[in-house]
Amino acid sequence: MKWHVLRPLWVAIGLVGTILVARVFLVPDDFGIHGRNFTYGFHRLGNIQEWKDFPVKYQGREYCVECHEENVQSVNASPHEPVECENCHGPAVNHPDDVEFLPIDSSRELCLRCHAFLDYPNSSRAQIPHINNRMHKRRRECAQCHNPHDPREASE
Amino acid sequence: MTEEAIVHGVEWTVKELFVYPNEFIYWSIQIVMYPYMTGLVAGAFVLSSLYHVFGQEKLKEIAQFSLVFSLALLPVAAMPLLLHLQQPMRAMEPLLTPHFTSAIAAFGIVFTAYALIVLSEIWFVYRQYFVEQVYALKNEPGISNAMKRSVYRALTIGAYDVSDGAIRVDKKAATILAAIGIPVACFLHGYAGFIFGSVKANALWMSPLMPVIFIMSAVVSGIALCMLTYIVIMEWQAFKQRRGGGALEASEIKGAEADVINSSTRYLLGFLVAAISLELLDLIFRGYTAMKSWDILRSVMYGKDFMNIFVLQYTLGNLVPFVLLLLPGRTMKRTVLALLLVLFGVFMMRWNVVIGGQAFSLSFSGYMHYEIPIIPHSVETFKEGLFGALTVIATPFVLFWIINKFVPSLRRNVGENQ
Amino acid sequence: MTCSRRDFLKEAMGGTLASALPLSAFVFLSTEEAKAAIANSKVRWAFLIDAVKCTGCGLCVKACKTENEIPYDAPVTRTWVERYVVTKDGQTHIDSPLGGRDGFIDDKIRDEKIDPDDIAKAFFVPKLCNQCDNPACVQVCPVGATYQTNDGVVLIDREWCIGCGYCIMACPYGVRFFHPEHKVADKCNFCYHRITKGMPPACVECCSFDARRLANLEDPDDPVTKIITTERVAVLKDEYGTKPHVFYLGLDANVR
Repeated sequence: MKWHVLRPLWVAIGLVGTILVARVFLVPDDFGIHGRNFTYGFHRLGNIQEWKDFPVKYQGREYCVECHEENVQSVNASPHEPVECENCHGPAVNHPDDVEFLPIDSSRELCLRCHAFLDYPNSSRAQIPHINNRMHKRRRECAQCHNPHDPREASE
Repeated sequence: MTEEAIVHGVEWTVKELFVYPNEFIYWSIQIVMYPYMTGLVAGAFVLSSLYHVFGQEKLKEIAQFSLVFSLALLPVAAMPLLLHLQQPMRAMEPLLTPHFTSAIAAFGIVFTAYALIVLSEIWFVYRQYFVEQVYALKNEPGISNAMKRSVYRALTIGAYDVSDGAIRVDKKAATILAAIGIPVACFLHGYAGFIFGSVKANALWMSPLMPVIFIMSAVVSGIALCMLTYIVIMEWQAFKQRRGGGALEASEIKGAEADVINSSTRYLLGFLVAAISLELLDLIFRGYTAMKSWDILRSVMYGKDFMNIFVLQYTLGNLVPFVLLLLPGRTMKRTVLALLLVLFGVFMMRWNVVIGGQAFSLSFSGYMHYEIPIIPHSVETFKEGLFGALTVIATPFVLFWIINKFVPSLRRNVGENQ
Repeated sequence: MTCSRRDFLKEAMGGTLASALPLSAFVFLSTEEAKAAIANSKVRWAFLIDAVKCTGCGLCVKACKTENEIPYDAPVTRTWVERYVVTKDGQTHIDSPLGGRDGFIDDKIRDEKIDPDDIAKAFFVPKLCNQCDNPACVQVCPVGATYQTNDGVVLIDREWCIGCGYCIMACPYGVRFFHPEHKVADKCNFCYHRITKGMPPACVECCSFDARRLANLEDPDDPVTKIITTERVAVLKDEYGTKPHVFYLGLDANVR
């Protein structure tokens, strides 16, 4: 038996062995099958907690009402009740701890998202009070005349 | 490196009508190059195996050459992927944590196994030559000779037995490896086809025929490239010899042998017919069954991509070389032209699959047009642009030139222990 | 003798190939671990979209981009809104400018003015990742960088993704994309960091018209689950077998 024929085989096995050893150092320990099966559950377990720790930005109206009760009550009693505070004021994040004043987006484009007239029959859009963007007080900010916290009232 | 955060694909994708917001041409020129290069690897190997396994004596010379050339092509098959990956530093992960439900993960293993087979076979074929070189360079002066000798010593892996018995065993091992290598080469390229054919989300790619079509056209391109490179090199050497001052004896340089070319051509044509038949079958089936995607596919294939598919690929790339190779009185020049057209045709097939599959939106209501970056203005437009593709094409020839210095594949009396 | 040598070589090659499988990739769960994994399935997140109520204001898209740190001006988004205008001649005009990030203020679709008298119906359809039960994107990931949690959400491991793009090509709904800054795949994850704290996803929070709602299909008392199980709902592209978990009320046949 001419044993030299096996030399390439040893090289191959050496290469495979190197990869298997490298795995020990390069692959995180919590990598494996977690959950359903190999197809859908093969991953690094620690990643789930990483995603849970992702910072939250939007806090919701209950967060705002703690300090801004008056404004919130005004909105709640008005046709703008469905509109979230943070839709116009941006996400609260850690306000007031990190940012003292949240921005107020009073641009015309913001209001037009809902109130610009689109002539679509039977669309839920038709049920929102609307204006024709090209006709009504062009280029003026809506908030100059309409109070966003109660649009039935004029703004101060 | 501070690079502006640009969405991958936005610079070379032009959208028409309604395309989902996140859709861009994510798989661009490098993903066209990747199956093309792996196809050349597989095809070159199959050509070599036709001699080693099936004893096609007329293919002996080109078999030697195509085996070594397939080695030069091997690392180049991985290059397009490294250029394409958004995280190339993590390229080893498919070998570290392969998710075997993915065709790409299995591909990593098959590719490594195939590389080992090619390397082993070359070792068995050239081992005697390596040992001879170690002894021949023993007393030669100079650093470069000493370095060369070290390389040959390493290449022997310590196996210095060149008795008749040992050489016989070498030959047998080479034959076995060539035999094992054929199904592995088919597997290798079948997987590339499976990568596309198994994507149910893509109406053009999804087809059980895709792996087979890819294998057939891969073998076609491999044979064509080996024949072409072989002709060019042999004719160039003969030309140099005729002018005087060549390194080898005149009797050894006869230019490209007609026998070799005729035999190779027959195989080329066989695989070409198989590849064309399957592709036409796929097209006819789609038109006949007219699934939901047929309307947009038809407008892409018969409209926007008509030139790419029917003129460039089927006519120029398949029909014309077919006729050129079959007409009587075939000259070397005509063969070279036909081979170039075949290589172009296979490239267009990869292009039409990869780019064509992204030419329409998932919404079936819009189109995406691919504008390949020509002059790069960033790393990304180089990697995924024309110059990235040219780099990939040029590399195997550079590698072959280097490898050939240690593993000579074109001399008629070397590696001839068969 | 010659026979056994050939066989030996064959076996050896086979053995080499087989041993190339990194066996420690397969972590076999003990019975306790397996039980614990199933115990978590008291939650299965799903979504309910009311395509009749959606007005195309696009505040959900803006909220999503802000909450999930997707570059605001990049043309990619984890969720988007499509506008459909079906004209009386049977043609469907669809657009989604920047995913609907700025709403739909202009009645022109890709610079084409459509006469209101020609319109048969028009509506808006929000879309997001369907967190499928058979996610094709997870199946094709070569390295295990994307996976499904026990509560049904498909997540992406940013530290492990190699950026090959196979998952993006495999998704029939087009919800995946390359994050322009992190250079890995990205997609909607139902704001996993919020729902696991009992908060609604950002898009649900900011929708003023109740068009987006989160559901836990494993909770029979969940009011949204009740709607999904008792009213007529539809899903997108169910022919792909992915078993999507975003359900639609009022989904039109013209929706792509």
